[in-house]
Amino acid sequence: MNAPVPVSLLVNGEPIDAFVLPRLNLADFLRENLKLTGTHIGCEHGVCGACTVRIDGEIVRSCLVLTVQAQGASVETIEGLSDSGEIADLQAAFRERNALQCGYCTPGMLITAQDLLKHVSVPDRRAIREHLSGNYCRCTGYQAIVDAVEATAMTRAERGA
Amino acid sequence: MTVTRAPADALSVLDRPNSYIGKTVPRPNLDRLLQGRGQYVSDLELPRMAHVVFLRSPHAHAKIAAIDADAARRMPGVVSIVTGRELEAVITPWVGVLSHLKGLKSAPQHAIAVDRVCWQGEAVAAIVATSRAAAEDAMEHISVDYEELEAVTDMRAALDPAALVIHAALGDNLAFERTLDAGDVDHALSGSELVEADFVFGRHTGVTLESRAVVADWNAAEARLTIYQGTQAPHMVQNIAALHLGLREAQVRVVCKDVGGSFGIKVHIYADEMATYALSKLLRRPVKFVADRVESFNTDIHARDHRCRGRIGVRPDGTITAFEIDDLTGIGPYSMYPRTSAIEANQVVNLVGGPYATANYRARARVVFQNKNVMCQYRAVGHPIACSVTEGLVDLAAAKIGMDPVEIRRRNLIADDAYPCASPSGMKFEQLSHHASLTKLLQMMDYDALRAEQAALRARNVHRGIGIASFIEVTNPSAAFYGVGGAKISSQDGVAVRLDAQGSVICQTSITEQGQGSESLTAQIVGSVLGVSMERVRVILGDTDHTPYGGGTWASRGAGIGGEAALQAAKALRQNILNVAAAILQSTPAELDIVDNGIVNAADGAPRIELNELARIVYFRPDTLPPGIQPELMATRHFVPRQYPFAFTNGVQASWLEVDTETGFVKLLKHWVVEDCGTIINPQLVDEQIRGGVVQGLGAALFEKCIYDERGQLTNANMADYLVPMSGEMPDIEVGHVVSPTQESELGAKGAGEAGTAGAAAAVANAVNDALRPLDATITEIPLTPQVILSALGRI
Repeated sequence: MNAPVPVSLLVNGEPIDAFVLPRLNLADFLRENLKLTGTHIGCEHGVCGACTVRIDGEIVRSCLVLTVQAQGASVETIEGLSDSGEIADLQAAFRERNALQCGYCTPGMLITAQDLLKHVSVPDRRAIREHLSGNYCRCTGYQAIVDAVEATAMTRAERGA
Repeated sequence: MTVTRAPADALSVLDRPNSYIGKTVPRPNLDRLLQGRGQYVSDLELPRMAHVVFLRSPHAHAKIAAIDADAARRMPGVVSIVTGRELEAVITPWVGVLSHLKGLKSAPQHAIAVDRVCWQGEAVAAIVATSRAAAEDAMEHISVDYEELEAVTDMRAALDPAALVIHAALGDNLAFERTLDAGDVDHALSGSELVEADFVFGRHTGVTLESRAVVADWNAAEARLTIYQGTQAPHMVQNIAALHLGLREAQVRVVCKDVGGSFGIKVHIYADEMATYALSKLLRRPVKFVADRVESFNTDIHARDHRCRGRIGVRPDGTITAFEIDDLTGIGPYSMYPRTSAIEANQVVNLVGGPYATANYRARARVVFQNKNVMCQYRAVGHPIACSVTEGLVDLAAAKIGMDPVEIRRRNLIADDAYPCASPSGMKFEQLSHHASLTKLLQMMDYDALRAEQAALRARNVHRGIGIASFIEVTNPSAAFYGVGGAKISSQDGVAVRLDAQGSVICQTSITEQGQGSESLTAQIVGSVLGVSMERVRVILGDTDHTPYGGGTWASRGAGIGGEAALQAAKALRQNILNVAAAILQSTPAELDIVDNGIVNAADGAPRIELNELARIVYFRPDTLPPGIQPELMATRHFVPRQYPFAFTNGVQASWLEVDTETGFVKLLKHWVVEDCGTIINPQLVDEQIRGGVVQGLGAALFEKCIYDERGQLTNANMADYLVPMSGEMPDIEVGHVVSPTQESELGAKGAGEAGTAGAAAAVANAVNDALRPLDATITEIPLTPQVILSALGRI
């Protein structure tokens, strides 16, 4: 149980082969092994949302996932979503609206917001607040984040119309 | 926006063409954080870096009889296991007192406990290993023999003569007491209606999303310690680390890059951080400490935890005749270092009754030791206590005489034309705007319409309430806060500005950034004064090797103090640039101006020479300059307020909410704030400071509480049980402004960081009581949990 085991997965599209201890959680693997430090650790018990990543397209808390559970999966982090340009408009809206202060919750917040926008084209403010309600931000009071997500939804809807 | 008076120089450097002052511009360099490319201390790795974890006491109070770490030392990856006794050889203990807080006492505190632990969570041994996991594995193999001692937990019982004295040498558990008696309270109260209440405030804590983190790197070959730490006050850390490690300050460099939230949590010196510095020196290699979430709850400073008896006198015509308070607070076993744990109670005494005109005020505040985690300054130090007590009493007085809460405030708030004036507690007010702020607030919220809606809904058994809270806010602290008490905490800040060889500007400032926008406001001011676009201004902060000496960012001082230093430095550089330009152009400085990165004619704006061309000549072809000209394209200025110890600001908040009398749940519907922070440099950043602050106050009002049992065990030290505000429960917050610039500086800016937190809980508590008034229930306790509300309604 304490010996490293092999694991193979895709991280931001890049094939990764590694030997990891079975107890190593995905957040630590991303940060310590792959140096993808944009995935932040806030509570290490699945409450704060700072470590949110996507596994096979679904958002998960990487502190609650063992690395070995990601065997064969496709993991996407804030670095990948940034480089692909998928959330460039959402990031721009956050910047314009100052929807971040210290920035520590921001990667998880962006990934969670993008998840909502993928499923609901123009969510109302209540729906945005509900969807983000598992992501803790101590700085902003949330309103600016809700504004930025709402503005992005509107812009995307106009563009898609 | 309402401007109560113009700045002294109506055509100052701030009003130049293309000025960034007063404009919403995005903060520079946000993409780094948006793309997950920030550099937080928890991200940092250095060659040969080891990780430390701390074995922490499970007991609130116990003697350490023996520590057996032999088995742990044999565990894989262990570098060293160090006890308090062993670490004493490297780092000296400290006592958290300040001489201006007369009578304040505390006991020597060690980086790691020696012989005795005084709260659950105090470190008893450090385990250093090649990884954090290896250190945690080894920690499980350390056995400690404790002899449990009686724990003093209840702050009222701590003063009982029969109570165990936590530090025998101090004689009792009273750390600090302050009394004040201004005017003639007894006479004033004798002819008045009296209202009394006990106000109870839960202990809560900052819950920064990035926990406290430090990497200490002692380079034995350089005899120099580099400390990477998410701190608000790098020069303070430098001073303290040097002092207790036996180094000169020049041997300590403190580097502070991105910080994952601070709110006052990261402005103190913690024992485990001191231990990490010392361990690096002892082990001659970099050592990293990152608190986990349970450790954060057990060791980050807690705050509030006050019980305050308040009395107010009121006449039938609504005149408030006097305030009287008796405040009690428990601060844990030690006064924190170096800012002390007496400041909050002291602030409560300073601030109660502050917005009101009555001259009669009596106060007593007592600060006691107890076997719980340490308490100290957290965002809006003392303000929420003072505001909740004051505004709670004012509303109770209004109810007693049957007057509208707005009307009683109109009759008693200090008149806007009464300034400068002083409060009964001796606070000096330069210019406040309580009435203008209240008027604006009532317009924003459409007070009369809300009252009508409330009445209509009451008929349908829906219980909604309106709560109003006026407040004053301490910002721009001078040396009066800490320096006069002997603390080496600078109240001045410095900014150095220089023109580089391509006409861009590099600006080094001693204020720090934790997301408030320090970098932005500095760039906005420097760019505006110099006539240089913001994209060409690069701001460097958070490094004691590379910034001027200064206090940092805390107590809402960054914009007011650091901003003024930036303004003055940029003015000096501007003059130097114009002098050189005049020499090059055979003109005079008065005939020239700098606009859009180039020198122009002041009279007609005609372009003369680009700044990059001027810089090229100065740096590479000085031989072409007239004889005797030595350009100085770098200027440094410092600033500290001298006339007023603090720049008081003011504001008013309102809450509109609904109480479910069946479940006890409170639903926040809307929140309004009007705030007067003087000159506004960036409206968006000010509004977001206020909104974030309000939500911190709303957390305190409704959710947040560190729950200890009678043995001093913190029972909810995790984020599932300690509730913080999340987006789903928070309302939209509307922010308005009145502008009364301070005349102490050319910039005129006061602070805005405490305002939201200062008044939010008071507004909510008043709104809940307003909602419950027909049900004959009054609550003066926060957090207003369903249990508290249902108990007050007699339902449980």
